[in-house]
Amino acid sequence: MAEIPYVLAYLAIAVFMVAVIVRFRMWSKMPMHMRWELYPVAHEASKAHYGGSYLEETEWWKKPREVSLMGELKVMIPEILFLVAVKEKNPKLWLRTFPFHFGLYLAIGSVALMLLFGVVEAVAPGALATANLVGPLQTIIVIVGVAGLAIGLIGALGLLHRRLTSPDLKDFTTGADLFNLVFFIAAFGCSLATFWLVDRDGAIIMGFTTNLVSFKLVALQGTGLALQLPLASIVLMSLLTAYVPLTHMSHFVGKYFAYHSIRWNDEPNLPGGKQEPIIQGLLNRPISWAAPHIEGDGKKSWAEVCTTNPFEEKKAKKEKKAKKEKKEDGK
Amino acid sequence: MSKPVRIKDFSKGKGALSEITAKDEIPLPPPFDKPEDTPEFAPLKDKAKNSFTLLDNTIALSLPNPETKEEEERLVNLFLSGLRKCFSEDDNWTFLQPMVMSMEHCAKCQTCNEACPIYEESGFNDLYRPTFRSEIIRRIYFKYIKKASTWVHGDVDLNWTTIARLLELSFRCNVCRRCAQTCPIGVDNALLTREIRKIASMEMNIQARELHQDGSALQMKVGSSTGMNALVLKDNVEFIDEDTQKKTGLDTKTPFDVEGADILLIHNAGEIMAWPENVGAFTTLFNAAGLSWTLSSDVAAYDGINYGVWYDDVQFARVALMHAQAAKKLGVKKIVLGECGHAHKALTVIADKVLTGDLNIPRESCFVTLRDIVRSGKIKFDPKHNDFPVTLHDPCNTVRLMGIVKPQREIIEAVVPKERFREMTPHGVNNYCCGGGSGFAIMSGHNFTDWKMHVPGRRKFRQILEAFQGEDWDPEKPKYICAPCSNCKGQIRDILKYYNATQKVGLYYSGLVELMVNAMVDANHDPGYFDWEEMSMG
Repeated sequence: MAEIPYVLAYLAIAVFMVAVIVRFRMWSKMPMHMRWELYPVAHEASKAHYGGSYLEETEWWKKPREVSLMGELKVMIPEILFLVAVKEKNPKLWLRTFPFHFGLYLAIGSVALMLLFGVVEAVAPGALATANLVGPLQTIIVIVGVAGLAIGLIGALGLLHRRLTSPDLKDFTTGADLFNLVFFIAAFGCSLATFWLVDRDGAIIMGFTTNLVSFKLVALQGTGLALQLPLASIVLMSLLTAYVPLTHMSHFVGKYFAYHSIRWNDEPNLPGGKQEPIIQGLLNRPISWAAPHIEGDGKKSWAEVCTTNPFEEKKAKKEKKAKKEKKEDGK
Repeated sequence: MSKPVRIKDFSKGKGALSEITAKDEIPLPPPFDKPEDTPEFAPLKDKAKNSFTLLDNTIALSLPNPETKEEEERLVNLFLSGLRKCFSEDDNWTFLQPMVMSMEHCAKCQTCNEACPIYEESGFNDLYRPTFRSEIIRRIYFKYIKKASTWVHGDVDLNWTTIARLLELSFRCNVCRRCAQTCPIGVDNALLTREIRKIASMEMNIQARELHQDGSALQMKVGSSTGMNALVLKDNVEFIDEDTQKKTGLDTKTPFDVEGADILLIHNAGEIMAWPENVGAFTTLFNAAGLSWTLSSDVAAYDGINYGVWYDDVQFARVALMHAQAAKKLGVKKIVLGECGHAHKALTVIADKVLTGDLNIPRESCFVTLRDIVRSGKIKFDPKHNDFPVTLHDPCNTVRLMGIVKPQREIIEAVVPKERFREMTPHGVNNYCCGGGSGFAIMSGHNFTDWKMHVPGRRKFRQILEAFQGEDWDPEKPKYICAPCSNCKGQIRDILKYYNATQKVGLYYSGLVELMVNAMVDANHDPGYFDWEEMSMG
């Protein structure tokens, strides 16, 4: 029985990692698509501030492109941390979704610190105690964790309220959308209650994470609420960790590709460049769209279909038929 | 605020789910702020109401209802087959990744709604939320293709009513991508609009007549969507040359099919038919700057339009290839796109992943070429000749979708007195569409023009009026809307006509090169390049 929370946590981490890797692979293995960028493109070094592009340059194909990683970070970091787009365009929602996301980040940060603490303890037992770091670290981890859970909980409750009451959102909200928020509320609420009621110094949870990273499946100590609340928190958090990447909430993976592969993907196909053979390969793929102006049969390639002019052919056929009729009339 | 429209009602009945009414409209700024300044929205004819499945109080596609259950089933299956192909690496490599991204990651937060001028100008009508049609196609996909739980993804019934309304709804979006710009996750509702149109065209053979039969198909058949063949083209351009020379007193001989020229200039052929002064201005400027350039008279290559960009990947690729083949045949060093936004985007950006080898000929925006002419000093301009208020409309395709923002402004700075130029708010990459985007500028069946003018066009008209607030509204004092895109120009022409704005307050429209020629020191200035009287007649 003692192993169950550990096994669950290991399984959750495994599911999370596999799901994220599968998602990442899915996005990265998709074929090159038509350019569909949207300005402003953040890496346009000197032009991003007004939305300009290298296409403003004379003979842009002869010039080196200025791609600024700093420009991308200047947009991405505030966007990820503070959800700038929602703040500007949907402030009512931002008041709820920002605390939800920021709380989540803090909670994740707290768990990461716990795991790091466990790793150090496993690698160099007693080193943190010798350096008098256990107490301060525990305090930081608990403060960050509690703050994250509390802020996240407020955000999740606000989002649930808005989903249930806003005429803008109601018709678009499904049972699963509500379930997702309730799931977060339950997991955050339970973990917060654990810290507040039975684990104010974080010793129980940190003991669990330390055992987790060192594969010591030691049973959680305590009775009554002191045992039940930490157990319930571990179970709920583990299930949530496994669940999130299996849903549309995996947008934290997709968003990278949404920006880098689509929205900011302005990489031109230069004559003789590395993209040309890839494009030729794509044009040789079969096409099966059925409309009469395409007549894709699953064998003909895009290149074959796109280099024919069915409208011209129709004209030619008509002319041929008319000529034949004329000839026959002549006979 | 209009009556709420529910997703569950989308598949029911045949009547309109919602209607645009005058009471939902936000008043325009002065001097068009009274309700009577907006013409009435003509009702659909009874015959049309009874013949088609309606979405709202207009019709873009005129889709006949299936006569039998079997026919309905066939159409539903065709739609599903097309939708399935949107997720195929072979059939939709062109847009697979953006498609999957937009289908799978929407948080349904509605943040994008406020960015949509159609939703706002409709009085916040649910039907026109950028998310509404996306939600329908998403629910169909998850329920009927992926067989996923409706508890997770939402439910929708699938029948002819659903499909007819969804296809019609794909023609209530300008594909301007303002919504995509605001999405924190990167979901692109405009892309989904286009994918719906693709399913209709590429699988079901259903298209907007103006875009396909009278558009890209006609272009591939005779050479231009205007119906103009090469012979007529050359005749028309010769006439334009003569007329322009008379006006300007400058060399206006348009070169055709010059092998080895540096530049192949591709106009939107609509300019030749409707706005010859634009074509004449290009010739005047290119000749005066001493550029080595030519037009082509090859099929499709004298018309930069590529309507496939709005509804069909194959039609898009075919026309792009024809443009590139003409350039290759002439051996030019680069292709320069004339004042046509979608032609810019189609050939420069999207076709970038179609053109390879000797067809991969560099493409450049005319704004850049013209800006370089200004910078070179080869032509002397005097802004005083354009001594009237000027505002600039940014075509979505050149700004938000290509990032070409400054060159056109640098030109305006050189040819318009500084104190006379007024930016619209917002402008550049945050601009609003003219309301004619994604093909609407050339679509006018039933009472679709009323819808265009009451909803997307109204936003642009609002912006124009706001830009000129504080000016003298005397109709004798021209106020100039510079619209450097053929489709935008067509839409703005229709807006001004609809609201009688030229006669009433002296609003005029034309392109960028016309302003340049009017400011040329060496050109005749009596009476100048603009004939306001003729322009006032449309």
